[in-house]
Amino acid sequence: MTMRQGLAGGLVLVLALMAPLAIQSDFWLGFLITILLFAAMGMAWNILGGYAGQFSFGHAAFFGTGAYATSVLHIALGLNPWLGLLVAAAAGGTMGLLIGYLSFRYGLRGSYFALITLAFAEVLRILANTAGFTGGGVGLYLPLNIGVANMQFAGKAGYYYVALGLALASILIAWRLERSRLGAWLAAIRENEDAARALGVDTFACKLAAIGISGAMTGVGGWFYAHYYLYIDPEIAYGPGVSVEILLVAIVGGLGTVLGPLLGSVALHAAGELAQRLMGDTPGLNLIFYGVLLVVMVRLMPDGLAGLVRRWMRPAGGTQRA
Amino acid sequence: MLDPVILLPAAINGLTMGAVYALVALGLTLIYGVLHIINFAHGSLLMVGLYGAFFLYQAGGIDPYLSLVLLVPALFGLGYILQWGVIGRASHGSDQNVLLVTLGVSIVIENLALYFFTGDTRTIEAPYAFEMVDIAVARVPLPRLVAFGAALAIAALLWLLMAKTDLGRAIRAVAKERQGARLVGIDVDHIFAMSFGIGTACVGAAAALLLPMFYVSPHVGHVFVLVAFTVVVLGGMGSFIGALLGGLIIGVTESLGGLIFGETFGQLAIFLIFIAILLFRPTGFFGGRPS
Repeated sequence: MTMRQGLAGGLVLVLALMAPLAIQSDFWLGFLITILLFAAMGMAWNILGGYAGQFSFGHAAFFGTGAYATSVLHIALGLNPWLGLLVAAAAGGTMGLLIGYLSFRYGLRGSYFALITLAFAEVLRILANTAGFTGGGVGLYLPLNIGVANMQFAGKAGYYYVALGLALASILIAWRLERSRLGAWLAAIRENEDAARALGVDTFACKLAAIGISGAMTGVGGWFYAHYYLYIDPEIAYGPGVSVEILLVAIVGGLGTVLGPLLGSVALHAAGELAQRLMGDTPGLNLIFYGVLLVVMVRLMPDGLAGLVRRWMRPAGGTQRA
Repeated sequence: MLDPVILLPAAINGLTMGAVYALVALGLTLIYGVLHIINFAHGSLLMVGLYGAFFLYQAGGIDPYLSLVLLVPALFGLGYILQWGVIGRASHGSDQNVLLVTLGVSIVIENLALYFFTGDTRTIEAPYAFEMVDIAVARVPLPRLVAFGAALAIAALLWLLMAKTDLGRAIRAVAKERQGARLVGIDVDHIFAMSFGIGTACVGAAAALLLPMFYVSPHVGHVFVLVAFTVVVLGGMGSFIGALLGGLIIGVTESLGGLIFGETFGQLAIFLIFIAILLFRPTGFFGGRPS
């Protein structure tokens, strides 16, 4: 990390910490919370999709499992929401290991892996719709009980800091991963799995680790969602909407980069918000923009916004990956 | 409860629904077989076809079965343009990019429909919608029987097209060896777009056959897209006979599973079959090795 990057990062962090002081509007704080939450989950997707090259179309499986794990235990046994974070991470991670074990054990790659993750999310959605303890199609309401110990804040600022913490933690995890041996192995698998195996990389264990970490981080995203909105249902938790939004954030931001998902989340949600401001609050409008953005990014900027920023930061024309 | 008098009609109903699944899956498997891509927009294109048939009936008074003549060429054109203008260009030849681009296309199409047509579920009331036909002990709604017969006929036509015409030969050549096909003078990009167009035309036909017995909404494609993937994977990616057989099996499984264990189980069974096939036999019944 150069001096300049360190200074810029520090400045952004200070601004982020002070944001709730300057922004009094609940609307804009809520907007920032959404950006931070999806940045954190986009980062989780990026560890599996960007670094390891395994595209998941069903991250809702982890998001929903984290959300339901903490909510069900909170309602039934009075589990403290802060402890719920660990439970959600464990639940999401376990689901990741389970799906990963089955898929990678049988050598599914590429499109097949994308399809099976989607199918798993759909199975979980149907199960959540039928099972009794998930509240079925009606969903679950978490009881209102304001207090920091209960992770319920009077204003949005409290939630903002929790979401900021999640985003920072996920950036830290990605940053550490990129510099670790596992990160190098994952990159090798992404570039050429057979060659990586021939060189002695335990590709199965590495991919399993990636999906486990990714699942745990996404489960934590579900944990935050449940305690922030105090409501979940099968469509929110396991529907394709979440899976797609998480994937979009990572793709638009830039695959396999530390800051990509954060940039992607900012760009995506700003574009969606702008679309609604300009053309009215019609359902589906922001999603039209998301879809166009996805196609355009794959067509014109396959390395995402992070690639654009990197080129702009280094005009001398170095082309190697940072 | 499991009397043949109940089971047989359920099985026949399953077969007729399965024929429509097969028709949707035939398009998907053709696109996979030639382009080696998984078309995520397939369900949304079916939705476009259903809206087309709906408005032709509502505004123009054109019977859905008659609208087949308009929908098949229209969706062929849409598919051709989509592959030639958007998917082929944006994907840079990478499988995962194709997946993303078709996903993006499907998001755009679905939400455009939501924007213009709202989320309302619409149905038509065709005069023959509730006419019943007796087959052995079962009474089957006429539209289902028509769909069954037409789906089989279209599958046969598709097979003829692939086996007997120059276009079919060119498509098969490109599917097997695109470099070689290019060398002998086949316009590969054109063949790609033709294949995608024919695949989409299948969905147009399916839409016309489906409308008298189903509903339209912007998200109706979701009902079919995973089912179609299941059928394609079950039958073997790229195999026509597999898609036909797979469609019928899935239709019957859904119908009987739903009857015996409840409706949710019918849906669940499809996905469980899907996962099991992907894990244990990703080549399906008739497929080659997965890439």
